[in-house]
Amino acid sequence: MVRTLVLGAALAGLWLLLSGYFDKPLLLIFGALSVILCVFLAMRAGVLDFEGVPTGLMPRVFGYWWWLFVEIGKANLVVARQAIAIEPKLSPKLLKIVSPTKTNAGLATFANSITLTPGTVTVDLEPGYMVVHALTEALADEAAIADMGRRVAALEHGGEA
Amino acid sequence: MSSLDLIRDILSWILFLAGGAGVLIGAVGIVRFPDFYTRLHASGITDTAGAELLLLGMMLQAPNWLVVAKLVFVGFFLFMTSPVSTHAIAHAAWVVGLRPMLGPELQREGDEQ
Repeated sequence: MVRTLVLGAALAGLWLLLSGYFDKPLLLIFGALSVILCVFLAMRAGVLDFEGVPTGLMPRVFGYWWWLFVEIGKANLVVARQAIAIEPKLSPKLLKIVSPTKTNAGLATFANSITLTPGTVTVDLEPGYMVVHALTEALADEAAIADMGRRVAALEHGGEA
Repeated sequence: MSSLDLIRDILSWILFLAGGAGVLIGAVGIVRFPDFYTRLHASGITDTAGAELLLLGMMLQAPNWLVVAKLVFVGFFLFMTSPVSTHAIAHAAWVVGLRPMLGPELQREGDEQ
């Protein structure tokens, strides 16, 4: 029930901010109907679960995004320096990372965070570990990636597995 | 033009130039890096620093808060979808058996020394 309300509120907010109609009753009714239709279809499709509407991650994920933003900024500078260096010192490496996450939503968040950070790309997901391609020796920092994994795993606590 | 507008213009110019530099450096990296997987990293600069800095500069120039909200949505959806598309490309290459160059000598598995 909470997930239905959260999805409905998010869709209503999206509709209002994208359309900018706050005082046209007919259009507002159409907007409300389309939100209800979308929520109904999501219920019918059975995606109103921990993966579709991950309310368990919700409040803490914003702090995590802020931290990730800073990390992405730092990694951008490292990769940009290699891209414009006269002699780039590349040393690509494949890493096997064991994810500490328990849920699929957490695993997807972790794998996408690795890909989003320039210099590391998640290449393959195998049962139990994932293969990460890193651009240089400095970027292939398993301790830093494990730290990111711990942060994502900490987000999961509220959500049921 | 008031001084507040001037400060806003200067700030958004800095952001536009930084974002443009990010897009350009990403493109240079795609040309210069040696193989498929290393080039993906260069495109990551364009996806993250380039796009987000340009969007921040646009937010400073927005005429009202609704436009700012729309730009925030654009940034958010880019933030959510760009790693998915990067992973889709990387995984497709991995599955068909393209091996990455590894180590400081950029050797592929099975290459002659």
